[in-house]
Amino acid sequence: MSDQISLKDTFTERRIYFERTIFVGIFVVVLLSLLVVRYFSLQITEHDTYVTQSDRNRVQLQPVPPKRGLIYDRNGVLLAENRPSYSLTIVKEHIDNLDDTIVLLRQLIEIDDDHIKKFRRLLMRQRPHASVPLKFKLTEEEIAIISVNRYRLPGVDVDAQLARHYPHGELFTHVLGYVGRINEKEQFEIDEVNYSGTNEIGKIGLEQYYEKELHGEVGSQNVETNARGRVLRVLERSDPEPGQDITLYIDAYVQKVAHEALGDYRGSVVAIDPKTGGIIAMVSTPSFDANMFVGGISSKNYNVLLQSPDRPLVNRSLQGQYAPGSTLKPIFGLAGLHYGMVTPDSVVRDPGWYLLPGDKSNRLYRDWTWKTRRTGHAKFVAMEQAIAESCDTYFYDLAYQLGIDRIHDFSEPFGFGSKVGIDINNERSGLLPSREWKRRYKRLPWYPGETINTGIGQGYLLVTPLQLATGIAALANRGVHFSPRLLKSKNDEEMPVPQLATIEVDDKHWDFIHHAMSQVVHGPRGSANAISRGAQYKIGGKTGTAQVIGIAQDEEYDTDKISARHRDNALFVGFAPLASPKIVVAVIIENGEKSSRAASIARKVLDAYLIDQDMLNAPVLNDSVVGKKVSARSDLDRGQLAVISR
Amino acid sequence: MNRTDFVRQMPGQSADLARRVSIWQRMHIDPILLLLLLALTVFGLLVLYSAGNQNSAILVRQGRFLLIAYIGMIVIAQFNVERVKRLAPLAYVVGILLLIAVPLVGVGAKGAQRWLSLGGFRFQPSEVMKLVVPMAAAWYFSSRALPPRFKYILVSLVVIAVPTFLIARQPDLGTSILIAASGLFVLFLSGIGWRFIFGAVGLLLCSAWPMWQFVLLDYQRTRILTLLNPESDKLGAGWNIIQSKTAIGSGGWDGKGWTNGTQSQLDFLPESHTDFIIAVLAEEWGLQGVLALLSLYVAIIFRGLWIGVNAQHSFGRLLAGSITLTFFVYVFVNMGMVSGLLPVVGVPLPLVSQGGTSLVTLLAGFGLLMAISTEKRIIGQ
Repeated sequence: MSDQISLKDTFTERRIYFERTIFVGIFVVVLLSLLVVRYFSLQITEHDTYVTQSDRNRVQLQPVPPKRGLIYDRNGVLLAENRPSYSLTIVKEHIDNLDDTIVLLRQLIEIDDDHIKKFRRLLMRQRPHASVPLKFKLTEEEIAIISVNRYRLPGVDVDAQLARHYPHGELFTHVLGYVGRINEKEQFEIDEVNYSGTNEIGKIGLEQYYEKELHGEVGSQNVETNARGRVLRVLERSDPEPGQDITLYIDAYVQKVAHEALGDYRGSVVAIDPKTGGIIAMVSTPSFDANMFVGGISSKNYNVLLQSPDRPLVNRSLQGQYAPGSTLKPIFGLAGLHYGMVTPDSVVRDPGWYLLPGDKSNRLYRDWTWKTRRTGHAKFVAMEQAIAESCDTYFYDLAYQLGIDRIHDFSEPFGFGSKVGIDINNERSGLLPSREWKRRYKRLPWYPGETINTGIGQGYLLVTPLQLATGIAALANRGVHFSPRLLKSKNDEEMPVPQLATIEVDDKHWDFIHHAMSQVVHGPRGSANAISRGAQYKIGGKTGTAQVIGIAQDEEYDTDKISARHRDNALFVGFAPLASPKIVVAVIIENGEKSSRAASIARKVLDAYLIDQDMLNAPVLNDSVVGKKVSARSDLDRGQLAVISR
Repeated sequence: MNRTDFVRQMPGQSADLARRVSIWQRMHIDPILLLLLLALTVFGLLVLYSAGNQNSAILVRQGRFLLIAYIGMIVIAQFNVERVKRLAPLAYVVGILLLIAVPLVGVGAKGAQRWLSLGGFRFQPSEVMKLVVPMAAAWYFSSRALPPRFKYILVSLVVIAVPTFLIARQPDLGTSILIAASGLFVLFLSGIGWRFIFGAVGLLLCSAWPMWQFVLLDYQRTRILTLLNPESDKLGAGWNIIQSKTAIGSGGWDGKGWTNGTQSQLDFLPESHTDFIIAVLAEEWGLQGVLALLSLYVAIIFRGLWIGVNAQHSFGRLLAGSITLTFFVYVFVNMGMVSGLLPVVGVPLPLVSQGGTSLVTLLAGFGLLMAISTEKRIIGQ
């Protein structure tokens, strides 16, 4: 320690310190000048650049999605609406521990692993401070739970947007179709600008067909947002043009009656106004709740629908192709009269079977009565009885006389064998066989025996329920034929009715066939005689049963031995009132066995349209009906309507 | 070696002394420094009010801390510098022990463990070390002949390095830089030879790569990379810098007006009331405001250097110089990082950013400066 005292020199220390301070002072000045230069260059030299950047930050051009058009039935009952839908969103930056927050949320409300996975994927693609949706379509209860626990959940929010809602659930699914999230394929096809604010697009049904009208035109607004994207102020706005509201020919009440009448059967009911082609009801069962698809269906639910043996996703009215069975006999009968093959008085001997003239195989074509009485309908059968009692032998003979070419040419303008042009995509064309068709697709000549089968609506012949209804409508309307339509008006502007070629047949032939068809229902031995009971109007109709599988000549059709899925399809077509038909109905029940089942459903539909409509015409003012019109017949289902308004 | 009593009793001198001692002197307050600090803190409150989205609760909180800090400053100004010097080694040892305790029993926030909780009262030992380390270094040199010999330099480097390392591992890069700087300033002002200084700078450059590889943590590396190219990660790590530069640049000469800054008011600017508060000031007050703030800082720094030059003993000199220069480092690093000159390290803008602890320690430092400046004269100038 001796050197310490000897070398301590306060004066030198002071001098060195002073020098060092001067040096440091200069250093400080230099560095601070550097800061000044830096701030000068940012604030003065590059000022304009940063002003632009700051404005770009602050001001955003936002698309304003148009409100999707509403869909009403002919009486103003709302079929598709837009409802506020709430989703759970999270801003990651406002949360200390995301995992803890998710665990807490899962204790409060139900959140699938699926949701979490999607959420995490979205999270990676988002910019900071963006709110990322975790769960869609929150129930009111869930919203309440989240609200109550808000204080424990910073960064968690409930966002509202409009989502499509189908208040009647499964009832109109096969008419309206549904909207769903825009997928990658659709992303390429749509107008990107017009859809910039839209998440959902019509996937199927009317929602798809009238997408353009329903969607509307996007609007835009310049908004000032904060870093979280929350809009603070709208600087300038051009309003979107909302989608057009559309009104359908559909009568919601009739639709409901038809749907309920089909019950648990698989099948289809199509009802058409023959004077316009307007579709009054179009039911395909089983159906499903279209609301499942809005906002994306879970893969679990989708698989259930996809794998169900009842195939609920198939729209049977347009896509189900069935053998028409005897339902086409009136048209073939008309052909016979028109071409002069037969007259109303000409008769055919009916032993209960028919033998093709000159056929060496001696194959017997049996009448459907064969398995019960083996005597035929009568010794001699004329056309009226043949239609009323659905005599196969008569029509075997008639088909033989007409030949396949005339059958084909006469049936074609009724709409068979080609798409009838309803305003829904993916309609199927059915099959009206001809020599040419067989040559082209089967590479085989036409055999006379096939004509015989065609004569009773079997063989190659296939129709969709919609075709059947359209064809019978043309028959009911005496050849004036309209393309079937769902859309009645857009924004209250009536749509023109597209007319097809008129079928020219002598009036007395129409009269005769209509009369014969009325005998099916009202005749004492008519095959649908049961439904005439208590009818307040005259019905023209025709029953049909069609084999689902081929039955060999000597084999007998035995219900007990045949599994439920191989039983005959039951059919009925009808129109009423007879003199001036207002409604045509076609019913097909898969494996329904008895055509009387189909006939009784048709009767309920006719009553619903013709009788109930008059009875309930007094307008019921019901505040609960959302929409511009008040339903004249809001008894459609008061419960359901009440739900709409909530 | 304490000769004050002897001085006081010297005949003839005492009257002369009493005449020259002003009221400020007796209250141990440096009026110029006090005025500058008051101006700065009031300005700071204005900026903070705007940065905190006009939330008066933040203002009240900060005001309360300021009051405590000013009282603390005046109390410390009354300390006898000699006593402070004698307490320095003890304070240092206690400080090191607390720093060691932090990772063992400390409390963490945002991935870093910096806090100690004592009976419900939380504090950061690293903040206290900002004053204790230069005190310890100044104490070490004050009793030795200056310029110091090589072995003393080595010992003092260890004294500085231990707390720096402990704090860097918390991890708290900003504070550890400030602490290292505060110690090294003592070393520099003590008059170590230029060859040591250049040697150290050379060594630092050589050790840059191993530092990068082994010492820096991932997030610290990211910050430096982000500085070099903020556009590389616009929405991630680069977000802060891009937004703060946009705020500063869009302010221009006049600024957008108090409480009218869009970047800060619309929450584009992160940490707007803490580390990035200078961007709020630059956006709303423009370059004018930045220059006004810088002028206040420069005045405070030069006043501090002046106090150091005029201090009585080498301990006071070294401590005053170190505290002043550390304050400068605060200013430079903060304003440099927010404007994109330096990597983002957590250094607040001194006396303006929100935060009670840093206010208290900074003003405590200025309290020490005042104690040094108003120390009774032993020898005439």
